[in-house]
This record gives sequence, structure tokens and C-alpha cells, in this order.
Amino acid sequence: MEFLSPSTLEEALEAKSAHPDGVPIMGGTDVMVELNFDKRRPETLIDLARIPELAEWGPDGEYTRLGAGVPYTRIIENLQKQAPALARASRTVASPQIRNRGTVGGNLGGASPAGDTHPPLLATDAVIELASVRGRRTVAARDFYLSFRTTALQPDELITAILLPAPKGPQQFLKIGTRNAMVISVAGFSLSLDAENRTVGTGLGSVGPTPMRAEAAEEFLTAEFDWESGSVPSEATVRRFGELVASAARPIDDQRGSADYRKHSMSVMARRALSWSVTEYRKGATRCA
Amino acid sequence: MATTTTRTVTDLSSTTKDGLGSSPLRPDGTLKVTGEFAYSSDMWMEDMLWGMTLRSPHPHARILGIDITEALKVPGVEAVLTHEDVPGAKRYGLEYKDQPVLAFDKVRYKGEPVALVAADHPETARRAMERIKVDYEVLPPVSDSRRAALDPEYPLVHEEGTLKIHEEYHQSGNRVRYQPIRTGDFRDAAGRKEEERRVLETLRARADAVVETEYEVGMQDQAFLGPESGLAVPEEDGGVHIYVATQWLHNDLWQIVPCLGLPEDKVRMTMAGVGGAFGGREDLSMQIHGAMLALRTGKPVKIVYNREESFYGHVHRHPAKMRFEHGAKADGTLLYATLEIIVDGGAYASATPAVVGVASSLGIGPYEVPNVLVDAYGVYTTNPPCGAMRGFGAVQACFGYESQMDKLAEKLGMHPVDLRIKNAMSQGSKIITGQELHSPLPMAEMLQRARDLPMPVDRSELPDPADLRTLPGGVAGTTHGEGVVRGVGYGVGLKNLCFSEGFDDYSTARVRLEIVAGEPIVLVHTAAAEVGQGLVTVKGQIARTELGVEKVVINPSDTGVGSAGSSSASRQSYMTGGAVKLACEAVRASVFAIARERGVVPADRHDADLSLVGGKLVSATDGVLTSLADLLGDSASGGTVVEETREHHHRPTEMLDPVLGQGSSHTQFGMCVHRAVVDVDVELGLVKVVALDAVQDVGKVLHPQQLAGQIQGASTQGLGLALMEEIQVKDSVIRNPSFTDYLIPTILDTPPMRIDVLEHPDPHAPYGLRGAGEPPTLSSTPAIVAAVRDATGRALTHAPVRPEDIVGIEL
Repeated sequence: MEFLSPSTLEEALEAKSAHPDGVPIMGGTDVMVELNFDKRRPETLIDLARIPELAEWGPDGEYTRLGAGVPYTRIIENLQKQAPALARASRTVASPQIRNRGTVGGNLGGASPAGDTHPPLLATDAVIELASVRGRRTVAARDFYLSFRTTALQPDELITAILLPAPKGPQQFLKIGTRNAMVISVAGFSLSLDAENRTVGTGLGSVGPTPMRAEAAEEFLTAEFDWESGSVPSEATVRRFGELVASAARPIDDQRGSADYRKHSMSVMARRALSWSVTEYRKGATRCA
Repeated sequence: MATTTTRTVTDLSSTTKDGLGSSPLRPDGTLKVTGEFAYSSDMWMEDMLWGMTLRSPHPHARILGIDITEALKVPGVEAVLTHEDVPGAKRYGLEYKDQPVLAFDKVRYKGEPVALVAADHPETARRAMERIKVDYEVLPPVSDSRRAALDPEYPLVHEEGTLKIHEEYHQSGNRVRYQPIRTGDFRDAAGRKEEERRVLETLRARADAVVETEYEVGMQDQAFLGPESGLAVPEEDGGVHIYVATQWLHNDLWQIVPCLGLPEDKVRMTMAGVGGAFGGREDLSMQIHGAMLALRTGKPVKIVYNREESFYGHVHRHPAKMRFEHGAKADGTLLYATLEIIVDGGAYASATPAVVGVASSLGIGPYEVPNVLVDAYGVYTTNPPCGAMRGFGAVQACFGYESQMDKLAEKLGMHPVDLRIKNAMSQGSKIITGQELHSPLPMAEMLQRARDLPMPVDRSELPDPADLRTLPGGVAGTTHGEGVVRGVGYGVGLKNLCFSEGFDDYSTARVRLEIVAGEPIVLVHTAAAEVGQGLVTVKGQIARTELGVEKVVINPSDTGVGSAGSSSASRQSYMTGGAVKLACEAVRASVFAIARERGVVPADRHDADLSLVGGKLVSATDGVLTSLADLLGDSASGGTVVEETREHHHRPTEMLDPVLGQGSSHTQFGMCVHRAVVDVDVELGLVKVVALDAVQDVGKVLHPQQLAGQIQGASTQGLGLALMEEIQVKDSVIRNPSFTDYLIPTILDTPPMRIDVLEHPDPHAPYGLRGAGEPPTLSSTPAIVAAVRDATGRALTHAPVRPEDIVGIEL
């Protein structure tokens, strides 16, 4: 196995271009597990840990630009305001040691449907920046996940950053695990209300071959929600929203939970996320008035 | 995890610093906490090879051929071995010799060892393993334990005529052991199905309340963190020295020697650093394999299993299917109980016969029941082999009988504690095998104390009720209090301590007293396994207390001294502690004799007047007679060395009779009572255990801090079984062989524990002590499940409780 350790992004992109099958490695929390369990034997590893720009974050126009190699711990500490749902999702990732190493870029690269950061990226309409020797391009998270562990990323590309839109309303993230810490997602849900554009975003994890949105639920709530004053939706509306989220899910039975439970939990999480969001929305509305 | 330990009765006090009753630091404690302790997987020799095990990918298949030609061609490979290379006996086993060293003719579980490779690098060995061609004819799995127990048409896991049959255990077909118990009205009907049914119907008619339920306990894993590992070093005399993390060196030795075809003195064993055991290291793992490779290559061979391999490399707790029926009078008095329990032993017997012996004899629990019928089966299937794990057959039954007690209490409108007290056993009671409880058993008092312990505060009174870590689901943030309901539950369990059924599991200790640089030093040598329980500390405490010497050195455990028996069955303080005590007493007597010989002791003073205190020989009448240093003299300059070796045996026990299941089969009994308080998110099926309080009678506390650790650990292991720990097996294949998917409790799952320790001494045991490591594992599980039932109203008949069970989704 060849181990490449570029020190600039340019070098890294050249390496990736020369070795399209090379596996990029940052914190190693996914890649090393796969190597150790002998599930993957790449010819080339491209270590991205020495590239400064990947580990940086900061404002970028109306976005917060999050380097693909920023570990979860930094996100939890620094981006609660700029990306509340992503920060909460980051807090649910594994253990402190893993959060010190693991990155959103790695989560996107692995593209496991159980990855914790996908639902917030979908719900908040985040944008993913990809780069290659051919140049840089951006892809909306909502167009990024194509099929099981397959994404819009081309073989010669690296994930360089995630552009996080400034929150314009309440954001939630909830995740089911069968113990109270350090657990892989059985089902995850994120909800984002955009008061400015009066839109609803959702993200569902671990309930299909890819992370996904519940578009019918988004449209329903966009139409039903009282954007003006944020009055509490009727119980029927909340219930319907939960049903629509659950019906978007396409879960399977596996060792972590049954398909029926995953659908059930999705509707409960959606209802709770909505009611917390309404409470926050009303607080926001009051402050504005 | 905050713990309050309450003590009752008096402490055992010792005048010697760090003696019994105090909590000296563990000698291995700092090393383990700082990461410097050498575990068995850390061993290294300059010229060593790496051994690897090729395992069966199928749970059940005929082996048509094994071709190792290509594997041998890989550069760096020094040996590739199959069953043809086993030098001696082809099979071994803890109780039945039924397990092949390397599979021949057939594989009977997924992960069964088929071939071995030794190479200069693990990667070389891995590549060689890929080149071994095994031709399998895949057979359907034999995975249904109930059919294995009861259906004579079900395919056999072991072909007829291939094994020695143990008739004393009713072994036949796929039954490893069948043990019936019949008491009261069932006694006279024993063995005649129709009559037994009529007796049952009559009893039913006399009962005011009857509860009948099927329960299941899933396959729990010991989940020790140190994977199976060891180093085998060939020796010049043609023998081999095996360094391994195990629970019982001598029993390993006795299984290894026949398979290697070597005399016993050609195989030496030394304990390597053990990273947890919990029963999972009672069976052999790499011992014979490593030795075969070392003897073949003439080089040291190290084998370390990886985590997934470890799930295939050791036995698990038997999953159990149980059918209980209890009948009681209106005042709660139990009238009868029946139990059919089937424990799945998987492909090989391991400890299954003994597990059946415990599950049957303790199957109804510590309750006075005049009429009892128990049918206990241990069976062969092609599922993962199951054997010893903390609680050993008593855990499974306890989940069932305690669930029954709660259900009966509800039916009768009684408080669950009142029903238990109403039927509680006490000293002088007889368990269902007719064995009398000779020692104190303050069960009613313990239950009362558990009920009276202060309750945890309500959620609303928490310093920060919005702190997600206090809620079910934790920081995953699935509730801010929505759907959260509190529940309370109780559990009590009775566990046999030390080995049972006629087994003389003696222990040996060698104790040496000598003077080094003017100071008395005691050396304690046993073969006992320190598996984390703290025996290494307790041995030193006993020596200090008995010999009045502060400086005690604990020799590494090896086979240079007689057997210590297993670090199992909560028995080492009792058995090896007892042996150290006996050896110390012998050393003390020798010192007295030497002192008399040398004229230091006045002629009319008996031994009872003498003692060893603070390095001195003291007479109660005359005061200090001499110092040990003066009496014995420096060993380096020809002084006297006093060394004694003693064996400690417990009172003999008996086999259960094969028809009525009667007999005094157990050595000692231990009991723990738990009260669990839980918060359940009833909509999502997630649980936060708020408190898990225990009342346990330990006879005598030797090391208060280690005792608290044992009770906390056992309670937490029971919590795991209640809420999350299950090896999921489908068609004989494990679905979750990793710590990603086999979940064990984290600190956020582990609640504060209030521990109330009682000390009613057992007159038959050294210092009156009672083994303490297992009883809390029994009672914690049913207490937590009862609390979840209390919160949800669900029946919850499967341990662990799954979110689906709580929200009512069928699996």
C-alpha cells in the first residue's frame, strides 16, 4: 500500500488525479476501521491531515464555510449558532476520542446512510464543495447522495468544504440509539424552518439506502404552518406531518432495529421536532415584534 | 457513578496495615489505569511467529477436503496445520471431550477452527489463509433449541457413535443433559406424564391465582476487552511453555496435554495479563493451537484474535427458553410451580451440563414452594457454543421466576415485595433439591431494606431537568421529557457459590516466610487467575493479617504450584483465600515450633497464647518474645526459611439424582436484592435507569472498595442483559459480531448505585465470607425489566427488552 502525505491542497488534488482509486484519509475513524477489519485494501491512501485549509472554518458570504477536515469537537465548540442542527448531530457522534478525530468530510466521503451529519446537511440545504485538478464546483447536499454509498463525488475529486447557510429559524436534530451514548444511529431526523423564505427542510438518516428528505412532509408543513405568528399547529397537523415523514422512510430490518420501529420512531421524532420548533419559532417571532 | 456503601454489623478488623477489612490499592491498579499493564496480547519475543486460525464460514457443513498446498508456498509461512497434525487426542472439552482441536469430517458452528498458519508477519499469515482451499458440503443449520430438546426427528448435530455418552446426565440425541426435579405431589407421579398432568390440574384447581408465561433470555456475551491471546514457546526438552490469559491454568493443562501427546511435565503454563474473563476464558481458545505451531516450527508463536474473531472464539451465555407456571393461594402463599427450561449449548458441550445443574436446582428461586416440577434441558445445536458466564444458569432462571413473582403479585393485588417476603426462604429452608440452607439467609430483611432505601428525586427536582444526559436517549436528544414515565421494580436471586455436584474444586497455596535485609517478607504463590476481581489484593491481605507481616509479595500465577481451581463461581476468595489462610496458619505453627525449639517460648505457654504481630512473636501473657528477624535470621546468610503448602477443600457436595433431582449439590449460597428505578420514553422505547440499588449479604467484607466494585460491575452486567446486550443469531449466524452492534452499557447508561452490605457470617467458610461477584448479576436484570413493565404496562417477556417490545411492535 502506498501512503501519500501531501502538504498542500494542490498536491493532494494532483495525488487524487494520479490515483483515482486512492482513498483519502483524515481522522481515520471510518477508513482505519475498514482497513483493520479487512473490508478494504486500497492501493493508495492519501492523508489529508497536513493540509491547513481543510481544518479551517469561518464566514463566507451568507454561509459559514466549514473545512471538510474540521473535527466534530471543533464544530460542537464553535458552530452552535451558525449550524445548530449540525452541532447537535456532531455531539451524538461516538465518543470524545472519535469526535476529536472524525470529520464531516469523512462522513460525506463514506456516505453511510447512518452517518449522523447527513440529516442536518439535507434539512438546512447545505452545499458541498468539491475540488479536482480540473477546478472547484459545488453540489447541494440535496443532490449529493445518489445511491447506497454512492455520491456525486468524481474519482479525481476531494471534498474540500461544506457551506452552511446561516440559520433563519429553528433547527432540530434527533437520533435513536439503543443506549444512551456512543451509539450508531438506528434512525435520525433533522428539521429546519426557514422563516425568511418560509420553507421547511427535512433530513432522514438510517431509513433507506441513502440519507433522504421527506419532500411531501416539507410541502405539507410549508403550506400548513402559520409563518406569520407561528401559532401552534393542530394535533391533526402535527400527526399528519409525522405520518408523512415516516412514509418517506424506506427502512430495512437489521441487527440495529426493525423497519417498523424505524418508521414508527421517525414519526415520533418528526412530531417532537415540529413542536420544539414551533416553540422556538414563537420565541423568535416575539423577539422580532 | 456515585455510590454509597452502607455497612451493617461489624467490620473484620486487622491490626496489620493493609490487612483484611481495609482497602489497600491493587498492585496492578496503577499500571492498568495508566495503560502500562502488560496484557496477554502485549507479549513479544524477538524471533516469534504469528499464528492465525482459519475458521469455518458455515454453521454446518461436511468437510470434503482441505488443500494447503498453495498456502505453504507463500514466502514467510513456516507451518500450515490441519486436524491431521494434531499429535494426540483429536478432541477436548471442559466436561465432555466433544470439541475437535481442528475440525474434521464436519464443522458445527460458524467460526469453528479448521486450520492454522504460522508466519513471520500477521499479513503473511492472512494471505496464506486465503490460499487454503476447504471443500465444504453445506448442510442446513440445526438451530431450534426447542426442537433439539424435544423432537427426536430433528437432525443430530453429533452423529451417533461419534461421542462418549454421559448417561448420568441423560445425554441422548441432541440433549447434552436433561435434569428433572419433582417435589411434593409431583414426586409420586415422577416420570409418568399423564399422572403428572393430573397432579398439575388438581393443584391448579386448588390455587386462587395462576400465572403461566413463556420467557426468553438472549445470548449475552462476556464482552471482555482483552481478546483471546497468548504466546507458546518451544523448550529444549521437547516441551512447550504456554503464556496465556485464562481462568484456570491447571484445567487448561489437563485438556492440552492429551491433545499434544506430551507428558504433563513437558507442558508448563504461566498466567499472562488477563483483560477480563466473566466465564469466557474457561474454555480453551489458542492454547493447543499455539503449542502445535510452536512445536512444529521450533519457534515462539503468538496468537491474538481480532475483535470479530473473539466473538467466534469464546463461548457465550446460554440463551434460554422458559415456560413457567405458578399457582398461589389468595394470601400469596405459593402452592406449586412448574418450569420447562431449555438452554442452547450450541455446537459443543462446554459447561452446558453444569449450567443445567444450576438452572434446574435454582430454577424456582429462593421461594418456599411445596410442589415443584422442573424439566431442564441443555442441547446441542449448530448455534455458537455457549458455556460459562457470570451467573451461570441462575441468571436465566432468575429472570423467569422473578417476572412470575411480579405477575402473580399483580394478579393478587399485592405489593411485589410483600409477595416475595411471604414466600421467602431463610436459614433452615430447603431448596427444591431438598438441600438445606445451613447458613443465614436474611431474605425477608433484605427485601424490606431494599424497599426502604431512599428513592431518587423526581425529574422535576433535578438541578437541571433539561440536561439531556438525565433523559432516556441521552444527548441524541429524542425527548425533552415527552413520553417519559417512571417505573420501579424489584428483583432477588439465589446463586450457588463454588463448584457443585460432587466436584472437589480444591485450591492450593504455598506461603513462604523469610527474612530479607533484616525484614520479614512473605511470598504467596498460587496458580489462581487474577481476572480483575482483585484476588491478588485479597491474598496479600490474608497473609498480612495471619502472619502480622506488612511486606507481602505475590508470586506470578503458574503451574509450578498445585491447582487453584477456576476463577469462576465467585469462589476464589473462598477457595484460594482459604488455601492461603491454611498455608499461613501452617507457617505460623512452624514459627511457633521453631521458637520453642530455640527456647524462646516459656515451656508452659500453649500456641493459643502466641501470635505474630508487627513482625514479632508475641505472647498474650508475656508480651513480645522476639522479633521474626532475630528468630529466623536473614535467609541470604543461612537463616531459616519457613515454607508451607496447603490445599483447601470445601465440604463435599453430591450429584442430583437423575429421577427426582434431589441432592445437596451446592457448596454455598449467595443472595442479592435489587431495586431499580427507570425513566422510560414510552413512545420511543428508550430507557434511562435512574437508580439501581442493591442489598447483598456477603458474610464478611474483606476489601470494602473491591466489594463495591464487584457489586457495581455485576449490577451493570445485569443492566446490559436487561436493556441491550444480545448476540443476535439468525439461522445459526451471528448478526452483530462487533462492539458497534453488540452494545454494552456506557457510563451514561449506568446509574448511581446505593449499596447496602450485610455481614451474616457463613460458619463453614473462611472468615465467614460469601462469594460476592455473581449474585448481583442475577437480580439486577429482573429488577430493571420489572421497572420498565411498571412504567409501560407491557408484558416484556424477552431479556434484553428491545425498543420494539416497549412500543409494541412485533419482532
